[in-house]
Amino acid sequence: MMPLNLAQFEYLAHGALWTVGLSLIAFVGGSVLGFIVALGRISTNRLIRLAAATWIQIIQGTPLLVLLFLLYFGIAILGFDKLPAIISAGAALTVYSSAFLAEIWRGCLQSVPKTQWEAADCLGLNRFQRMFQVILPQALKIATPPTVGFLVQIIKNTSLASVIGFIELAQAGKVVNNAIFEPLPIFLIVACFYFAMCFPLSMWSRSLERKLHVGSR
Amino acid sequence: MSYTFDFSFLWTYWPQFLAGAWLTLQLSAISTVFGCILGTLCAIGRADGPRWLKWVIASYVEIIRNTPFLIQIFLIYFGFAMAGLKVSANFAAVAALVINIGAYTCEIVRAGLQSIHRSQVEAATCLGLSQVQTYWHVIVRPAIERVYPALTSQYVLLMLASSITSQISAEELTAIANRIQSETFRALETYIVAGVIYILLSFIVRAAFFLFGQLIFPRRRKLGTTI
Repeated sequence: MMPLNLAQFEYLAHGALWTVGLSLIAFVGGSVLGFIVALGRISTNRLIRLAAATWIQIIQGTPLLVLLFLLYFGIAILGFDKLPAIISAGAALTVYSSAFLAEIWRGCLQSVPKTQWEAADCLGLNRFQRMFQVILPQALKIATPPTVGFLVQIIKNTSLASVIGFIELAQAGKVVNNAIFEPLPIFLIVACFYFAMCFPLSMWSRSLERKLHVGSR
Repeated sequence: MSYTFDFSFLWTYWPQFLAGAWLTLQLSAISTVFGCILGTLCAIGRADGPRWLKWVIASYVEIIRNTPFLIQIFLIYFGFAMAGLKVSANFAAVAALVINIGAYTCEIVRAGLQSIHRSQVEAATCLGLSQVQTYWHVIVRPAIERVYPALTSQYVLLMLASSITSQISAEELTAIANRIQSETFRALETYIVAGVIYILLSFIVRAAFFLFGQLIFPRRRKLGTTI
């Protein structure tokens, strides 16, 4: 028995595309912001370190749902009440990802042995050269598996954008459900869509991790 | 920007915020206990069970970890309804949270189990410990002690994820906030208050886990380190 007709299935697939789009926005935005916060977290300036740590504490202590509502209503109050929902959804997910990615990357940056930092200093490299030519290439290798793993979290969390009316996969599922009221089959199909997006990434992350451990053994 | 913040509605609404926060804590606590039991059993089953059981548990873990909680909670909520069972929103919420956190706990505890050296188990056998004693004293407890920090973070995330149960109208903090903002039209302030309460709750949960860890892992209390 197939409760959905083709048009409804297409509607879900269309929603899945928006899920991918929103995930990319969140990942790119979160990476840029998260990298800055990660650098702040290991800064030599105590004030910057404290600010970055506070940012992470606040974001990681608030549910994404509340962040979404805050930005949704916050942006409206700033006077931009005609903006599409993707702006507030993208902003909230960016903020959310930045805190988690910053914490992941801080660990990766700090796991580069201290001698490497010192050697770069001894060679007379300036801070940018030290970061981009010595530390980052090494940290990047360690950072890839957990970052891919977090990408799965981002994809799953975009489902919450449905609460502010952005039509991605979960919201598309709700809309179709309102039309034909067959919640179980519809949300099973939606779950399959998500699984199809997330599972390959999870596997990839795991194989990357295995390879990394082989290399470091 | 000519917006003036007005938090005066808090005078009338703070008992509701408090009630919501309390329900959030209750939902999280119950789910943590049952999720921890389910996850630990799954981890043991996956490590030492028969082949079919390993396969079942592995699929359970992968399915849960690769689909959003929002969809899981809809499936469980509507699943109960379709099966003709009348359950409260809170019950469905706890069921969904337990099933969800069980999978994550399983993965974390499994890592802990793998870190227990074979020689420990052999030594336990040599000392004549029964299988149950071996599992409890030599394998499971030290394993959980090692992964305790990871479990703590996961259960804080669970507490935050319980906000999603507002989508099936469980009356926890986020649902309360949704209702208050629709009554007062003070959306931004309401969610700021809710956010601050969540941050406080996450501190409380972390502190509770720290104290509980000191209580159940004497080695940690006496030496200040894990195994």
